[in-house]
Amino acid sequence: MTITATPLARDDKGYQLDETDRRIIRATQAGLPVCARPYHRVADRLELDVDELMGRLRAMQEAGVIRRIAAVPNHYRLGFQANGMSVWDVRNDRIAELGPRVGELECVSHCYRRPRRRPVWPYNLFAMVHGRTREEVMAGVEDIAALLGEACRRHDVLFSSEILKKTGLRLSQAGS
Amino acid sequence: MTALNDTDRAIINRLQDGLPVMDRPFEQVAGELGISESLLIERLEALLDAGILSRFGPMYHAERLGGAFCLAALAVPEDRFEQVARTVNGFDEVAHNYRREHELNMWFVLATDDPRRIAAVIEGIENRTGLDVYDFPKLDEYYVRLHLEV
Repeated sequence: MTITATPLARDDKGYQLDETDRRIIRATQAGLPVCARPYHRVADRLELDVDELMGRLRAMQEAGVIRRIAAVPNHYRLGFQANGMSVWDVRNDRIAELGPRVGELECVSHCYRRPRRRPVWPYNLFAMVHGRTREEVMAGVEDIAALLGEACRRHDVLFSSEILKKTGLRLSQAGS
Repeated sequence: MTALNDTDRAIINRLQDGLPVMDRPFEQVAGELGISESLLIERLEALLDAGILSRFGPMYHAERLGGAFCLAALAVPEDRFEQVARTVNGFDEVAHNYRREHELNMWFVLATDDPRRIAAVIEGIENRTGLDVYDFPKLDEYYVRLHLEV
């Protein structure tokens, strides 16, 4: 990894963004140009040296600021229309070990630990399961149940029956 | 669902894994797929135009950019559901909102540039709807990755 211009300071929270990083983020958060040299195109637009741009993208990727540079499929258009939010009441002393293993299952797209809200909500592990049909989702749920075994006291699956709103999660100022 | 050919499928599967940061990244990926760079670029554009891919580019980790997200839910009486949905959706910070089949039947994601806004929006929704908002902030992230093999 080479950073040609400004060395980037890191603190306990990881990567410190500077103004050049923020300009890069604002220029690319809606997407990359689709052409043979996309990074050159962005660098030209920002009047940056392309090696500096690529160095900063690599550094942000390494620090986890960029998860990856990739295509995002529209799961509805690809036939994955069933999505079930599976929720699990997992023993507190086992969740740190089991959570990542649930996340690694093929059918799971997001996996988080969240607080219980008793008495309405006893569940502390959330795993979003995607499939083409509800049956496919339920097969994934059974895989999770098998993996959690006795560490899980109960679970539920909440299917979405209607999208009420869906907008982008774009940040207007990119944290500035 | 739109009919995809084998090349499209291979492109969708491969490009979900990531584009390298280099001079001519599509040339590299096209080589792996055994197709030409120009065909890859042309098909990628077509898949984006058709809405089969919703986006292509860097996926930023919003919290590490200073933003904040919070999942939250409401138990909405059925006869007030539409009215409450309009109220909740009227908040700009509500990014996604889904009806789900449970006593907690409305699930939404709050997204803000400023983490301090989350509590204010929750209070605003409670005041406007008269309902308790159950908030589910993320305590640990074990995995975030939607990969669909087509």
